[in-house]
Amino acid sequence: MSSHIAVVGASLAGLRAAEQLRAAGHPGRITVYGEEPHPPYNRPPLSKELLGGDSADNAEALHARVAFRRRASVADVDFRLGTRVEQADLGSGTLHLADGSGASFDGLVAATGLRPRRLAAPGPRAGRHVLRTLEHCVALRDELTPGTSVVVVGGGFIGCEVAATALGRGCAVTVVEPTGAPMNRVLGPALAAAVQRHHEQAGIRFVTGPSVAAFDGRERVTGVHLTDGSALGADVVVESVGSVCNTEWLAGNPGIDRTDGVLTDNNLAVAGAERAVAVGDLARFPNPLFDDVPRRVEHWSIPTDTARRAATTLVAELVGEAPDAQPFAPIPSFWSDQLDLRLQSFGSPALADEVVVDEGDLDDLGHGLLATYYRDGRHVGSVAVNLPPARQRALREAFLSLPSPA
Amino acid sequence: MKVTVDMDKCQDHGQCAIAAPVAFRMNDEGRLEYQGEASEEYRFEVEEAADVCPVQAILVGD
Repeated sequence: MSSHIAVVGASLAGLRAAEQLRAAGHPGRITVYGEEPHPPYNRPPLSKELLGGDSADNAEALHARVAFRRRASVADVDFRLGTRVEQADLGSGTLHLADGSGASFDGLVAATGLRPRRLAAPGPRAGRHVLRTLEHCVALRDELTPGTSVVVVGGGFIGCEVAATALGRGCAVTVVEPTGAPMNRVLGPALAAAVQRHHEQAGIRFVTGPSVAAFDGRERVTGVHLTDGSALGADVVVESVGSVCNTEWLAGNPGIDRTDGVLTDNNLAVAGAERAVAVGDLARFPNPLFDDVPRRVEHWSIPTDTARRAATTLVAELVGEAPDAQPFAPIPSFWSDQLDLRLQSFGSPALADEVVVDEGDLDDLGHGLLATYYRDGRHVGSVAVNLPPARQRALREAFLSLPSPA
Repeated sequence: MKVTVDMDKCQDHGQCAIAAPVAFRMNDEGRLEYQGEASEEYRFEVEEAADVCPVQAILVGD
C-alpha cells in the first residue's frame, strides 16, 4: 500500500516539495496544508512591484499576478488551504488541525517558514505594519500615499526595498537601523555605507545606531521614540526586524531541535525524527560548501534547492532505501531591487571576515560594482551591484569549484 | 515543448540563462532572448529555468 505524505506549509517550499515528491517517484497521496487562504504565491514582488503599483486591487486580485503555476505533476495533490496545523505527533503520524479534525501521515515535510517578528516597544498598534503576506502588502500599500511620513524600522534587505518603494510612491521615508549602515550584516560595512550614501542621495533618510524605545500616539501611531532620546514623526511605521520560525506545531516531539528553525542533517532529514524532512526558510542544515555548521538560509533559491533534496531523502526512507550519498551543497543566491540598484548575492557573504571590491567605485554604484567576500582567505561569497546578467554565470560557477573544507 | 516568456513581467534577471542556456540567453544589452520551442530532452533544464525565474515569467507547455 502506498503511503501518505503530509506537507505542512503551502508557500514556495511546500509547493516545490510536492512537485519534487512526484519527481522522486512517490506514487501515493500528498496533502499540502496551508494556513493562508491563497494557493502558493511568489513573495518577492510584495515589497516591490505589488507594493509600488497604483492599483486598488485586493489581495485576491493581486494573488493572480504572483501565483505559482501549477504543474500537471501535482494536479492530484490535495491543497488544504486556510487550514492551520496546530500540532504534529511524529510518533503516531498524526496531525491535529485548527478545526479540531485530525489526519494521519506516513511521511512529513515541514515547510511552515517564517512570520515577521514584531517590535515589543509600547504604544498603539494602528499604523504599524509588517510585510510577509498579500494581505500585509495591501494594507501597507493603501497607506503609502504621497506626502505620508514613513519610518521603516530595520535596514535589512526587505526594509530597504520597502523604503525604496515608499519613496517611489512619494512618501517621506526614514530607515532606523540600530546596527549601522543598511544590510551591513550581509554586505559588510564599506558596501553597506556606500548603499546608504546612494539611497540618501535619492532622498531616503537613515538613522543608524539607536533602536525604537516606544511608539507615540493614542489611537494610532504618530511617531517613534528612539533609545538615544530623539524622536521621529511617522504616519506609518513598517517593522522589518527579522522573522520568527513557525515551528510551534512541532512542539511535544522529544528529540527535535527547534532552537532556530528545525535542525536537520545534510539530507534535510529532521534530526531526532523518522520519516520527516524540513525545507525552505526553517531548515537548519550544514552546507559543505562552507563548513559543517548547520544554518538556516533565508534566500529565495533555498526552498527550491532544499525541496528537491528533501523529497529524495523522504521517498528513499519510505521505501527503505539509503539516502543520496552525494553531499547536498546548494549555492545560495538572492537579489534585491532598490531604487535604481539591483544587488545580487551568490554564496554566503555574511560569513566573510574580509571584503574586496574587485570592480567599480563605491561612490558610483549605479555604474556597477563587484565585491568578493572571503573567510580565512577563502572565497565564500560575491555581491554584484548593477552588473549585467551575462556576468552571473561566472559568479555562480566560482562556487562550483570551491575546495571542500578539510 | 513550447516555451513562453511574459515579457511584461521579465526583468532580465538572467537566472533562466544559467539554468537552461539551450533555450535562454542574455544578449549584449543584457536583455533576454529565448527559443519558443525546446526539444523534449531539455525538459528538466527548461522546467528548472521556469522555477528559478524570480518574477515567474516563464511558462513551459506540455
